[in-house]
Amino acid sequence: MKIIVCVKQVPDTSGKVAVNPDGTLDRASMLTIINPDDKNAIEAALKLKDETGCRVTAVTMGPPPAEGMLRELIAMGCDDAVLISGREFGGSDTFATSQIIAAGINAIGLEEDDIVFCGRQAIDGDTAQVGPQIAEKLDIPQISYAADIKVEGKKVTVKRMLEDGYMTVETQTPCLITCIKELNEPRYMSVAGIVGAYSKPMDVMDYPRLKDDPLIEVDTIGLAGSPTNILTSFTPPQKGAGMMLEGADKATCEQLAGILVKKHII
Amino acid sequence: MSEFKNTVLEDFKNVWVFCEQRQGVLMPTDFELISEGRKLADELGVKLCGLLLGDKVEHLAKDLAGYGADEIIVCEHPLLKDYTTDAYAKVICDTVVEMKPEALLVGATNIGRDLAPRCAARLHTGLCADCTHLDVEMSTYKDFLRENSTLPEARIENVGTAMVLGKPHDVSKDLKMTRPAFGGHLMASIICPRFRPCMATVRPGVLKKAPFDQARADAVVITKPEVKLCECELKTKVLEVVKESRKLVDLTGAEVIVSVGRGISKDVEGGIKLAHELADVLGGVVGSSRACVDSGWITADHQVGQTGKTVRPRIYIALGISGAIQHKAGMSDSECIIAVNKNDSAPIFEVADYGIVGDLFKVVPLMIEEFKAAIANK
Amino acid sequence: MDFVLSKEHEMLRKMYREFAETEVKPLAEEIDEEERFPMETVEKMAKLGMMGIYFPQQYGGAGADVLAYAMAVEELAKVCGTTAVIVSAHTSLCCAPIFEHGTEEQKMKYLPKLCKGEWIGAFGLTEPGAGTDAQGQQTTAVLDEAGENWILNGSKCFITNGNVANVFVVIAVTGKTTDKKGRPMKEISAFIVEGTDPGFSQGKHEKKMGIRGSSTCDLIFEDCVIPKDRLLGKKGEGFKIAMKTLDGGRIGIASQALGLGEGAVEEAIKYTKERVQFGKRISQFQNTQFQLADMHTKMQAAQFLVYSAALKKMEHAKNPKVSYSMDAAMAKLFAAEAASDVTRRAVQLFGGYGYTREYPVERMMRDAKITEIYEGTSEVQRMVIASNLGVK
Repeated sequence: MKIIVCVKQVPDTSGKVAVNPDGTLDRASMLTIINPDDKNAIEAALKLKDETGCRVTAVTMGPPPAEGMLRELIAMGCDDAVLISGREFGGSDTFATSQIIAAGINAIGLEEDDIVFCGRQAIDGDTAQVGPQIAEKLDIPQISYAADIKVEGKKVTVKRMLEDGYMTVETQTPCLITCIKELNEPRYMSVAGIVGAYSKPMDVMDYPRLKDDPLIEVDTIGLAGSPTNILTSFTPPQKGAGMMLEGADKATCEQLAGILVKKHII
Repeated sequence: MSEFKNTVLEDFKNVWVFCEQRQGVLMPTDFELISEGRKLADELGVKLCGLLLGDKVEHLAKDLAGYGADEIIVCEHPLLKDYTTDAYAKVICDTVVEMKPEALLVGATNIGRDLAPRCAARLHTGLCADCTHLDVEMSTYKDFLRENSTLPEARIENVGTAMVLGKPHDVSKDLKMTRPAFGGHLMASIICPRFRPCMATVRPGVLKKAPFDQARADAVVITKPEVKLCECELKTKVLEVVKESRKLVDLTGAEVIVSVGRGISKDVEGGIKLAHELADVLGGVVGSSRACVDSGWITADHQVGQTGKTVRPRIYIALGISGAIQHKAGMSDSECIIAVNKNDSAPIFEVADYGIVGDLFKVVPLMIEEFKAAIANK
Repeated sequence: MDFVLSKEHEMLRKMYREFAETEVKPLAEEIDEEERFPMETVEKMAKLGMMGIYFPQQYGGAGADVLAYAMAVEELAKVCGTTAVIVSAHTSLCCAPIFEHGTEEQKMKYLPKLCKGEWIGAFGLTEPGAGTDAQGQQTTAVLDEAGENWILNGSKCFITNGNVANVFVVIAVTGKTTDKKGRPMKEISAFIVEGTDPGFSQGKHEKKMGIRGSSTCDLIFEDCVIPKDRLLGKKGEGFKIAMKTLDGGRIGIASQALGLGEGAVEEAIKYTKERVQFGKRISQFQNTQFQLADMHTKMQAAQFLVYSAALKKMEHAKNPKVSYSMDAAMAKLFAAEAASDVTRRAVQLFGGYGYTREYPVERMMRDAKITEIYEGTSEVQRMVIASNLGVK
């Protein structure tokens, strides 16, 4: 058994978010982090590795500096890593991204008893789409919002969270599972892991490496292969100065409730 | 799917809404989407259809039609009783291929966000996630931008074409799907100009529900396409479905926090009870200032601030909290801050978006009442 | 000369920082207040390899280097002086002398358990009558008649990790000898004592001004019997071992001081940007700006000295002719005095709030003071430096 974990390097939006005058994100001035949900996916994989000794491979698509993140994942305990990187892949929406990552997973080789883990969603786009779309491209079952995962042989049982409870779902490997925060507490890198992080294998897959996969066509990857386009991108109006409401009676509370509803706050 | 050419846009007509039901009960977001779908269908001059999957769910069709659907496509099968990605994705894709809608809206629930991407990938089309606003009509879209963006008027006036595969494309007939990114720091309007159906998941609770129209409900047209589904095609099996009320999330992950401060001193228990009631109305949790923890009124895990937790919920309500610097350090990044305090010069008002000067024991019960009413009337 | 950290060191810093912020900082106030040893933190650090950072993996260590260790102590001290000194005393004062002077059997017996954090280590040199004057040792070790066991008598005081440690490197007098000039002096040797050895006991917990969560106590030897193979190094090498151990320990304490000062600067920057007086953030006042500029500069200088001492010790491991004794002394002298000054200035910038326990700077100020005292006072460091300069 091996586990392939799909991860993304994202700007750290927990601090202040820098925006260019044209409404796009000023990525250069922001720190990058491992997408938080993806860390839960890594932890889920490493837990299975602790139990079964299976191999864990981290996969990301991104620019060359994403290697730093992959090395950190190796320092946490992943055995190796794959960086899918190429100019041809730039501008991909979730559809095109899932084509490329699925091709990368095909190149690694998905076997009968393998599992793919993803985080639920990335904090930059918050789409939660790439995981299920990779599963579709690989033609394997998916279980999203996993809060508990049990693997017995080829049988995988997952506690899948819903807004009003949960369902327990069973499937067979190979399958894809998207992980949520409640699943586990990601471990830290270890000192020994860091010492060895740069001596473990890291494979870079560029366009020539993947181009023979049927998923990779000029019109299925990159900007040209993305069914969606961005029409406009903009920043919402700045939060104005606070507003002191008149009085403290029923009318005041009614006014407040009205404002909050109008602004979609409640 | 060879005959299904999803790039021949004129083959596709009508707006569809996937209507999610759980254990035979429709989700509130279905009504919001049907109401919004009505508006879009009218702007496009087409029909609005609800797509309802389940086992013995036909009786729900009238409810949906009452909010604006012309037609409900009911797909019934015992294997559709509980949601599985496999079964639902297959039936939806089969139906889309057969009936060719131009847009498909799905509620961005945990199920919708599992299902929609799988379908979009299979249908080879675009999907916009977790939208908070939808437009077809250009003038309303521009008005929306005027009110909700910092774009200059000149830019807004010029919105109308997008570069698609290097060529200008007129977007006046496209569904413009607007969504937040980067935790709401940025907004983007997305189009899907080359493929059909254009798909979107829509954030629950954001779009307005129309009033129920009995005449529409009675006039509902029900279509029941043949459902081809075999157990052998399903790779996942639902073992059990468990309903449970949401357990209290910890402060750092909470969307809504109602915090109490020294202002509850004259009736500590009553004050905390009020905070809980208000939090329940908004689906939030209760926090506190350090003073309450130090006085032993509430346990330390509730504490927000320098020595407590740093939080940034969507709504932070400070009741009887003066707003010492140590408290503000832990909550000033909250999206919307509402403060109630007797003292009009309390520093909490400096960071509050909305302030009410008054006795929390009098104000909060009114607030609970008004918030409840406002939420019910949405 | 290379002032750029390697990618591995940068990654280590990130890991230490995340760990310190998430696991150590939230406990810092409580363990100080309750004078409680944070055993749960030690267990977490052990899992990550932080209890044996620079020892080879064959002995259970993490296989990193002395700089990686100094950075760990530094990052821990930024948020909690207590946690930093636990690692420092364990690593520098117990693991290091066993690694550097132990036989292969001793190393295999003690290091894996120490490095994995299953055992905690401590070092016993100081005695009630032998502080700065280490030659004043009174504790004795005598070989029994059969020549099989050493029998130790005496007591040690102010022993960091004393009440929680399982393994102690103990210095004792084993006889009389003469110095180079033929003057009589004590023959001193080093031993490994286990907490379960008969006749060994620990005294009461010492109440301290700072690093209050760390365990400090007396060690008492009353006819304490240990097997003869517990002699560490050769008989009569004890003073040399002790001094070399302190040289290494000083890098740990210098790192602790460095972290305390840097932590106080971080806190002060954050606070002065929030605190408003006279309608302005106090960071807008030039006094605040100049204070913070000085404080940061001092700590940056301290960092260079500390890292350079760590690199020198690494060089020493490859080439024993390279001495790091003066580098360690300078690093500790400067970092400790800088930490005391910077934490005191941080309290001043915080004003009244800084004097309360609501903010961590008063704790940092109390914690910083000890770095000028233990493992050789600042005065001792000056003696070491002067003697290295040949100023006699």
